[in-house]
Amino acid sequence: MATIDTAPEKVHEIEPTAGDPWSGGKEPFRASYGKLMMWYFLLSDAFTFAGFLISYGALRFSSPTWPVPDFVFSTAPFGVHGAPLIFVTFMSFLLIVSSVTMVRAVQEGHRENQNGVVFWMVLTIIGGLGFLSCQAWEWTNLIATEHMTVTTNPFGTHVIGGEYLDNEAGEPYRAGEAREKFEVGDSYLIHKHFDEQTGHEEWIQRRFVAQDGSTGVQQFGPKAFGALFFFITGFHGFHVFSGVAFLTIIAINAASGLYAARRNGYEMVEKIGLYWHFVDLVWVFVFLVFYLL
Amino acid sequence: MAHLTYEESKKNVVRGLLILGVVTLVEVLISLLGKGHIIKGAENYAIVLYTAGLVIAILSLYKAYFIIYEFMHMKYEVKTLAMSVLLPTALLIWAIIAFFQEGDSWKDRRDQIIEKNELPATEKAPTATPR
Repeated sequence: MATIDTAPEKVHEIEPTAGDPWSGGKEPFRASYGKLMMWYFLLSDAFTFAGFLISYGALRFSSPTWPVPDFVFSTAPFGVHGAPLIFVTFMSFLLIVSSVTMVRAVQEGHRENQNGVVFWMVLTIIGGLGFLSCQAWEWTNLIATEHMTVTTNPFGTHVIGGEYLDNEAGEPYRAGEAREKFEVGDSYLIHKHFDEQTGHEEWIQRRFVAQDGSTGVQQFGPKAFGALFFFITGFHGFHVFSGVAFLTIIAINAASGLYAARRNGYEMVEKIGLYWHFVDLVWVFVFLVFYLL
Repeated sequence: MAHLTYEESKKNVVRGLLILGVVTLVEVLISLLGKGHIIKGAENYAIVLYTAGLVIAILSLYKAYFIIYEFMHMKYEVKTLAMSVLLPTALLIWAIIAFFQEGDSWKDRRDQIIEKNELPATEKAPTATPR
């Protein structure tokens, strides 16, 4: 009886053994499970970002005017003004360089060179932190200095040429004083000033007289811009942040010699490498859509 | 990187850095050209703006191709893996066309409403008669 009882159990013994990748004996796509799933995660993430960027495009198409990126993003640290796209180009270079150091880390992983992996991963982490710091500065400048919020967009565009009736401080020009002129399509930023009487900050919407004789005040720009900017660059920044966190964990693991003892060696470094390159890849399109076009 | 020696792949990395850096720089210059920062008045021609936009978009796609195929080693994976990851993104072509078209249509509708609101009220709407 004992032999009959044990025989069927043998049939169910399909537990994976150490030599069987994916337990089917042969790896699908000749890739490890972890790497393939990282690719599919990145594909799904690409669709999330595409959804965001396409909604940006649709709203931009639907709006008669849109803030011009080279006007909105023309400030840099240390008091640099009127330098269109310079700071954000620097940010792009930081991400490209950190992507390149990540490639080097993966290469050293293939050679099982523990010190090399850790060295290049630390450089990658520094690049990522640099990018995050730059983004923090950019956000601070937009929120604290230029007063853009998720629901308020002070970057407007003139739809008709004319000249201002108020100066930069919002006070009427005196008789004989030269009035500032503007053309159709020119961008402006509505500033804020502290009102002593009311005790809080007020917008300065300058009055103007247009070419056709009508008068008006500076209008706020399309409302969606602030929300789109903060959510899309914020979502990308969150990816960079989590990338830095995972890079740090994996760099510490590599330094401790964990991967040297593993059967698949430094594959973990390859997987975080894929993720990190993807963050750079997404930035290519965020940069294109928000800053270049 | 079984296909390349260590020295070769190190050289490839420097090449990748140069390609991505130079393409990014060229993109920024073309963008500024299209916005009239390099040649004054260039921004007044729609053709300049559209051409610049098209060229930048193509250069960005090239950067994406380079990052996926070189840095992410897609060219060393089997072709079916590459296709299973890349082909689904073709859906985005539909999404881009459909949603941009839709956005453009919203703008047309808004313009239409503004236009109609500005028309003089010559014909008075018939007043509702009490029943």
